[in-house]
Amino acid sequence: MLLEVEDLRVHYGKIEAIRGISIAVDEGEIVTLIGANGAGKTTTLKTLSGLRRVTSGSVRFAGEDITGVAGHKRVTLGICQAPEGRGIFPGMTVMENLDMGTYARKSPDHAADLDRVLTLFPRLAERRKQSGGTLSGGEQQMLAIGRAMMARPRLLLLDEPSMGLAPLIVQQIFQILKEINDQGTTILLVEQNATQALQLSDRAYVLETGSVIKSAPAAELLDDPSVREAYLGGAAAH
Amino acid sequence: MWNDFVTQFWPSTIDGLTNGSIYALVALGYTLVYGVLRLINFAHSEIFMIGTFASLFVLDWINISGPQTGLALVGVLLMMLAVSMAVSGGSAVLLERIAYRPLRKRGASRLAALISAIGASFFLQELFAIWQGRDQLSIPRVMDKEVLFNIGSGQVRNDKLLVVVAAILMMIALDRFVNGSRLGRGIRATAQDPDTAVLMGVNIDRVVLVTFLLGGMLAGVAAMLYGVFFELTQYNVGFLLGIKAFTAAVLGGIGNIRGALVGGLALGLIENYGASFFGSEWLNVVAFSVLVLVLMFRPTGILGENLQRARA
Ligand SMILES: Nc1ncnc2c1ncn2[C@@H]1O[C@H](COP(=O)(O)OP(=O)(O)OP(=O)(O)O)[C@@H](O)[C@H]1O
Ligand SMILES: [Mg+2]
Repeated sequence: MLLEVEDLRVHYGKIEAIRGISIAVDEGEIVTLIGANGAGKTTTLKTLSGLRRVTSGSVRFAGEDITGVAGHKRVTLGICQAPEGRGIFPGMTVMENLDMGTYARKSPDHAADLDRVLTLFPRLAERRKQSGGTLSGGEQQMLAIGRAMMARPRLLLLDEPSMGLAPLIVQQIFQILKEINDQGTTILLVEQNATQALQLSDRAYVLETGSVIKSAPAAELLDDPSVREAYLGGAAAH
Repeated sequence: MWNDFVTQFWPSTIDGLTNGSIYALVALGYTLVYGVLRLINFAHSEIFMIGTFASLFVLDWINISGPQTGLALVGVLLMMLAVSMAVSGGSAVLLERIAYRPLRKRGASRLAALISAIGASFFLQELFAIWQGRDQLSIPRVMDKEVLFNIGSGQVRNDKLLVVVAAILMMIALDRFVNGSRLGRGIRATAQDPDTAVLMGVNIDRVVLVTFLLGGMLAGVAAMLYGVFFELTQYNVGFLLGIKAFTAAVLGGIGNIRGALVGGLALGLIENYGASFFGSEWLNVVAFSVLVLVLMFRPTGILGENLQRARA
């Protein structure tokens, strides 16, 4: 397993946001975490990136216990995230934002990474010099994913990349995620409107108020009536 | 009034730019720390004060009690500069370690940090008052003050020129660092979105440390120039100057590096023009009235943007 989370608990003050979840992601997989508002999806990803401290439980990455590793060191290990709300640096240009993806590497040699990202997202090449804050929502999401890819992650974490985007753009972005995965990057995806995410994924976990209530191959969840009811917009989804 | 203003225009301009340069250098410290931590580092004025004492002590140690010329003068100035920068920079880093970092690590509120800052400010003032006394101390004159040339009716003196030129050089150096170096990128990223900066591998603790170090070093430069220009210091020398520098930072747009320069120079000019117009006892009233007016019409300051947005 590339990522193994065991019995993870995370608190905000006295509130227990994550209540003992265990999840695993294998090399090469796309795994989706679905769940309603406030289920704890973002908290889980933040904890994996080292932005939140764990109360108990462990996180193992590539066989190593990284539970206590500082957030800024995790990029070097191979974990990078495109966060909820995209996290674009508004005062930096598209190029500067992409460059931030290579911040953890001291060698300036990243022409190949840039080439790859600009091939995945040609739109970003056209907008090179535009400041991040003035990009459209879709462009910002592409930039957030591209920037994370600049870090050459082994595991790419994505927090609701479809949020606030038109269906056509969402489709485009999911297609690119498939491509990124085909090229060898493992993906852990968080989504709320999950039909498309599940169609793309190998496996999925359903999160409810801080606990995993279901874990199954994605195809199985797509056909599960209770999941369809709660997360896929009712029986009509297909 | 109008006549005074007209006859005093050039001298006021020159004095305004000189004072404004010192405000700007100190303002940068407020702006940098605010940009990165959203904290008003109230004790920054004492970092400046410590720098003026460092300048005084250096002259004492190397036994300089009168004006120098030529290479000796350059050597003395550089030595004052180096020691003031080192002492102020070091003090700022210590201050962060002792007064702010422990609170930050515990997730304390910004209000708690602000109170800690005010406490540190009083502590440092009293420390120097007890150690060096409460009276004004004079800093020996290190250069003969000569008029180099005239602009209109204003005389450009060598020490004033030194202040303005040194301040501008420091600004350029800072701008280069923040925009051109890896750590500078880290500072900008942290100011714009600290969580995402961590995701990209930015070590926030190091960014904060460097930010305080830079702010402190610039305050040290300001302190050394202040020593050469005003030739005095006191345990509370940072108080009014600190408030003005903070005002300059707000005037230019807090968090904005170029705003600190603009705000500092603007404040220096405004108060000197105001003093020539209404009389020198009105200097501070004019300065702060203008601040209130500017903020009424442009709450984000003259340059508006801040480090979070600034293309900087
Ligand atoms: N900074 C915080 N302080 C206190 N409680 C928080 C904080 N952030 C999140 N929470 C709480 O933790 C729980 C999980 O929040 P989280 O953001 O992880 O949910 P989510 O599944 O990502 O939701 P959404 O789909 O709305 O993004 C929620 O109950 C939320 O109120
Ligand atoms: Mg969320």
